[in-house]
Amino acid sequence: MSDKKVIINDVTLRDGMHALSHQYELEDMVQIAKALDEAGVDIIEVTHGDGLAGNAINYGFSKYEEEKYISAVADVLKRAKLDVLLLPGIGTIEDLERVIDLGVKVVRVATHCTEADISIQHIEYSKNRGMDVVGFLMMAHMIPPAELVKQAKIMEGAGADCVYVVDSAGAMLPQDVADRVKALKDNLSCQVGFHAHHNLSLGVANSLSAVQSGADRIDASLCGLGAGAGNAPLEVLIAVFDRAGIRTNCDLYKLMDAAEELVRPMMKRKGVEVVIDRDALSLGYAGVYSSFLLHAKRASKRFGVDTRDILLELGRRKMVGGQEDMIVDVAVELAKKRGKEVEVE
Amino acid sequence: MSAERNGKVKCVIVGSGNIGTDLMIKILRYSKNLELVMMVGIDPNSDGLARAKRLGVETTYEGINGFLKRKDLVDQVDIIFEATSAKAHLQNAPIYRELGKIAIDLTPAAIGPYVVPPVNLGAHLDKLNVNLITCGGQATIPMVYAVSRVVPVHYAEIVSSVASKSAGPGTRQNIDEFTQTTAKGLVAIGGARRGKAIIILNPAEPPIIMRNTVYTIADECDPDEVTESIYSMVNEVKKYVPGYNLKSEPIFDPLDKYPIRIPGYGEFNKGYKVTILLEIEGAGHYLPKYAGNLDIMTSAALRVGELFAEKILSEKTLAK
Repeated sequence: MSDKKVIINDVTLRDGMHALSHQYELEDMVQIAKALDEAGVDIIEVTHGDGLAGNAINYGFSKYEEEKYISAVADVLKRAKLDVLLLPGIGTIEDLERVIDLGVKVVRVATHCTEADISIQHIEYSKNRGMDVVGFLMMAHMIPPAELVKQAKIMEGAGADCVYVVDSAGAMLPQDVADRVKALKDNLSCQVGFHAHHNLSLGVANSLSAVQSGADRIDASLCGLGAGAGNAPLEVLIAVFDRAGIRTNCDLYKLMDAAEELVRPMMKRKGVEVVIDRDALSLGYAGVYSSFLLHAKRASKRFGVDTRDILLELGRRKMVGGQEDMIVDVAVELAKKRGKEVEVE
Repeated sequence: MSAERNGKVKCVIVGSGNIGTDLMIKILRYSKNLELVMMVGIDPNSDGLARAKRLGVETTYEGINGFLKRKDLVDQVDIIFEATSAKAHLQNAPIYRELGKIAIDLTPAAIGPYVVPPVNLGAHLDKLNVNLITCGGQATIPMVYAVSRVVPVHYAEIVSSVASKSAGPGTRQNIDEFTQTTAKGLVAIGGARRGKAIIILNPAEPPIIMRNTVYTIADECDPDEVTESIYSMVNEVKKYVPGYNLKSEPIFDPLDKYPIRIPGYGEFNKGYKVTILLEIEGAGHYLPKYAGNLDIMTSAALRVGELFAEKILSEKTLAK
């Protein structure tokens, strides 16, 4: 391995929002952010699970307003850079303007992997505001590497400092990751990142594959706290990177302690589990957006149909990130097919 | 003045993309009172301009200046349909105003008041600029209004999913304006106290038919009465967009059982969350039937244009 240090971008406080149904306590967030900062994590992401202005019936409302979460974390960071996520179509430049002066240093703009051109204005705006800007190509398993390169170039052209291969469905195998990261590294001059989901139990293995293919930035979260079966567990990732001779700014023991003493007790207190159960496994197997998991579980209860049937049908229809409304649509249709009445309870 | 020889009001379409071209086909096929005299584009190789030429419509690829140069046409025209982008309309609108032309704005620039035909079709016939919000707004605002005319709506949220192929460069550059203008329309015309709009582009093949989900937080009410209001509004919209359909009966989730807490706004624990699932199949005029988003916008534009034309014609008859 080269001497270059891999940049670690934590998502415990953003992707982790999904696992907590967006009900993070401010105090938990502050304690976890402090620990991550002290452990040497480079970038820490804070927003609703679905990005700025993700507060919606469609995705679930967070416990507090997004400015409160962002300010609370900004106040305690000493070293790490604060980052926010934005999905054009959900959040807008106005939403960025609202939070950017709260201490934001990095803006990540996410689109479905074929729709990079809707991020151009948001990337340009963030660049003009002096941000470190990341383009985030979600559901990247759905298109071949050469097509992903074309989309990544649109983001790089708009000014992105880094473009991510995002395995939103946790559906990629290590070779899929290697092919995509390598294709981007070969064809772009900006940095390349990788964001894993652990639905096929490959979160760490895929992240390792990404770095071995040249990735500059890797996302991870303590205890893997994130949508679906979670992300690459940060403390495990750093242990593996140490063993592989991959350098980062992170302190392994401090991350282990934060996972054990802060995140796991919080999950217990909140009754939250992030595991590869049959439903989460179905996400990875069928290539479905990980954030759909808890919504599909709720729809399964509400309409009396199997979560897996809902998820597989969503995969068959090629639904993309943000289409949580189609979960109810599919559940109602499946319930009707089975002769179940959908009524006021 | 104009509108004499064949008893029709002359109009131009500025913008030869998906929306402009679809509107052109509708005017040529169905309009009683409108005569399209020019299609204005900026790309000599655009499919829309080629289509216009084949259909015998005059074209220019020099943008708005190409039209302004043609003094003869400028004098004859009463109505300008703007199908460019929000940014372009902000530049063009003062020119139209200067010329005293009626602008029917199909971009989310939202300079003029909003018009959603089944809610307030005839409300702004005295204005020189009216705005049609967005395709998502045209699709969902009638549903929000159908709920709010029966019971107070504390919050309305819509999710529009359109096929990537049906979203041209204008839509893509306007994505922020889409969500902002639609959200404002949910409040101003839909009658909700708060509004939020989300748009998703889906690249699936074969392309997905336009889908819209409308969520409202409605006060205590009789669900049957709300449902009836929704069905009657669906029939109103169907009169000009036949492919406008509910995917299922409206779903009522009681808020005492499933309360909703919106940070910075309030907790709602009585009444209902009403979910309305819509599918809009287009008429297949320019793009295939999946592009219901084109159809609902251009059908609304035609309806509004038709009404302005009627008014102009009746005024001209009186003037004689």
